[in-house]
Amino acid sequence: MRTPFTLRLFQSMPRGGWIALAIFAAVAWIGVPVAHLALPESHPLHVFAYTVSLLGKILCYMVVAVAMDLIWGYAGILSLGHGLFFALGGYAFGMYLMRQIGRDGSYGAELPDFMVFLDWKELPWYWAGSDSLLWALFLVVALPGLVAFVFGWFAFRSRIKGVYFSIITQALTYAAMLLFFRNETGFGGNNGFTDFKRILGYDITSPGMRVTLFALSAALLIACLVLGRYLVTSRFGRVLAAIRDAESRVMFIGYNPLHYKLFMWTLSAMLCGLAGALYVPQVGIINPSEMSPANSIEIAVWVAVGGRGTLVGAVLGAGIVNLAKSVFTVYLPEYWPFVLGFLFIVVTLYLPDGVVGLWRKLRARRAAAALDDASAAAGAGLSAAIGGAPAEVPATERQAARSTADTPIAKGANA
Amino acid sequence: MIPTLEIERERAHLDAERENQREHWDGSAADGRVYRPGELDLSHKVILYLDDITVSFDGFRALNKLSLTIDAGELRCIIGPNGAGKTTMMDVITGKTRPDSGTAFFGQTIDLTRLTEPEIAHAGIGRKFQKPTIFEHHSAFENLELAMKADKRVRRTLFASLLDDERDRVAEVLRQIRLDQAADRPAGLLSHGQKQWLEIGMLLMQEPRLLLLDEPVAGMTDDETERTAELFTSLAGKHSLVVVEHDMAFVEALGGKVTVLCEGSVLAEGDLATVQADPRVIEVYLGR
Repeated sequence: MRTPFTLRLFQSMPRGGWIALAIFAAVAWIGVPVAHLALPESHPLHVFAYTVSLLGKILCYMVVAVAMDLIWGYAGILSLGHGLFFALGGYAFGMYLMRQIGRDGSYGAELPDFMVFLDWKELPWYWAGSDSLLWALFLVVALPGLVAFVFGWFAFRSRIKGVYFSIITQALTYAAMLLFFRNETGFGGNNGFTDFKRILGYDITSPGMRVTLFALSAALLIACLVLGRYLVTSRFGRVLAAIRDAESRVMFIGYNPLHYKLFMWTLSAMLCGLAGALYVPQVGIINPSEMSPANSIEIAVWVAVGGRGTLVGAVLGAGIVNLAKSVFTVYLPEYWPFVLGFLFIVVTLYLPDGVVGLWRKLRARRAAAALDDASAAAGAGLSAAIGGAPAEVPATERQAARSTADTPIAKGANA
Repeated sequence: MIPTLEIERERAHLDAERENQREHWDGSAADGRVYRPGELDLSHKVILYLDDITVSFDGFRALNKLSLTIDAGELRCIIGPNGAGKTTMMDVITGKTRPDSGTAFFGQTIDLTRLTEPEIAHAGIGRKFQKPTIFEHHSAFENLELAMKADKRVRRTLFASLLDDERDRVAEVLRQIRLDQAADRPAGLLSHGQKQWLEIGMLLMQEPRLLLLDEPVAGMTDDETERTAELFTSLAGKHSLVVVEHDMAFVEALGGKVTVLCEGSVLAEGDLATVQADPRVIEVYLGR
């Protein structure tokens, strides 16, 4: 019997996962909007505009982390250029936001301010259609997708792997950053896009718009998690993990790894593009520094901190690191790079599977201890009758428990 | 206009070629029908032809004008000292290494030197590596599921669900390789011998016509080795097997024809006793 797709989608996540998502959805779609819009500022539960935008921004980062985890944690391909896809999505949507400014810019011209400043008389050809939201949304997905597809096609076809692939992705985002820094490229040079006014004619700074963008970010994260969970539990996901662990074997049983990597890689880039598009209106600016190599490396740090190869780990990692970053950049801004570096060293040395790995290890240890107690008790009473059997069974189970705690994706980095 | 013309010309050329093939269908005449493209043509009872194959790595000739044929349904053992080119030969057959010169055909029609590794796997050649390569993070069951003969394109695996008869097939192979008790255990936790068996099981799931087995009993206990020999002899006939092995007791137990490779070409061929009595073979094995 073939199981219907919707049922398989539903079955791909354990019940706890659905409950957690439902609680998250209730908070993001009802709790936060009510607390921000309906409660007066004096109310202790009022959520301030700054907090809504900050949380919305972090939700976008979480989406990027999930996208990164799908390609790094599950396919073993470490990208140090995911910031590029994020920024491309942001720029694609930023073009629309620039056109929505209309004649309200400082020069009161039809063209965006930076073009007037450059003395351009008309829009470059690639800005055609940028006043349409639908076209902008199409570009948000298609542009990062196309760049990723073309780049991935050549890289994976040439069987470029491991650290070489990472370095090339790093170079790619760096090259793109230099390109976008140029004023002549037509994307506002090093100032990028800012001073956004409207989306679909609605004021971008209004509380309603703020809450809408926040809710959309939450919806995107939920969709990403459901999709990601389906992918990694499908046969596709098992092939992907198999490529990570033993690519040659995968080829010799008849799968073409190129197609699998390329699919996941392109999809991951598209998800980053969507996240970037929601990020830009919430922070109010996009400039080439989003493509800086350090940004892309930070994405990898989020996933490493949370735990590669688990979707919840990626979400947690992005949340933990970015909340810490927000706190530090407010109180001790000059120390943040040191904290980030320290975090990376600690995770690499002591937490190879991140926070989730640590939690699993602790849980497995507790289970093993419980089993030891049980077998000791059982062994005392029954040893004469059954011999070594009761001690033996828990021993193997313990081994299994331990090694499942150890398994997640130690191979990801060196694959 | 020119491109369309060219396409038409090419099409006409292809048609002519097809017509031509129909007239000289000596290959498929034995069956009284024309083979589909990609179908294995065994009309001459030979499943694998290697002819005059040379492979060099930085001037070192790993294979030196190697010529070898394997009959359909045959169980062939390949022995030879280290560096004789046994693994390189398997690399050539499975598309991992391209020969510098020479031809490799699977059946009468399939040119192995033009296909990629996955295409060769689909054509019906399965390979077991010297070091067991299995998916350590997947359970034994999942290892077999992934190896199963199926449509292996992305769009299929995205929506694939395990059908009942497929589940039965996996269970059957699990029993055959005696891992039915360990079906859900991560493959990384299996013993070395069990890993070897699991990899053989993955080969069986592929339902290949030709199995290439590189030192399949390395690290197995005597009991496991014996059972492996039983399994292989039971497979011969329906499948063709090429076994590279150092363990002479195992080669003897398999009982098939033996080919001795040395310095990249065939030194001797025949049953084990004849080969072992051959003075040239004794020389390369014992040295002087």
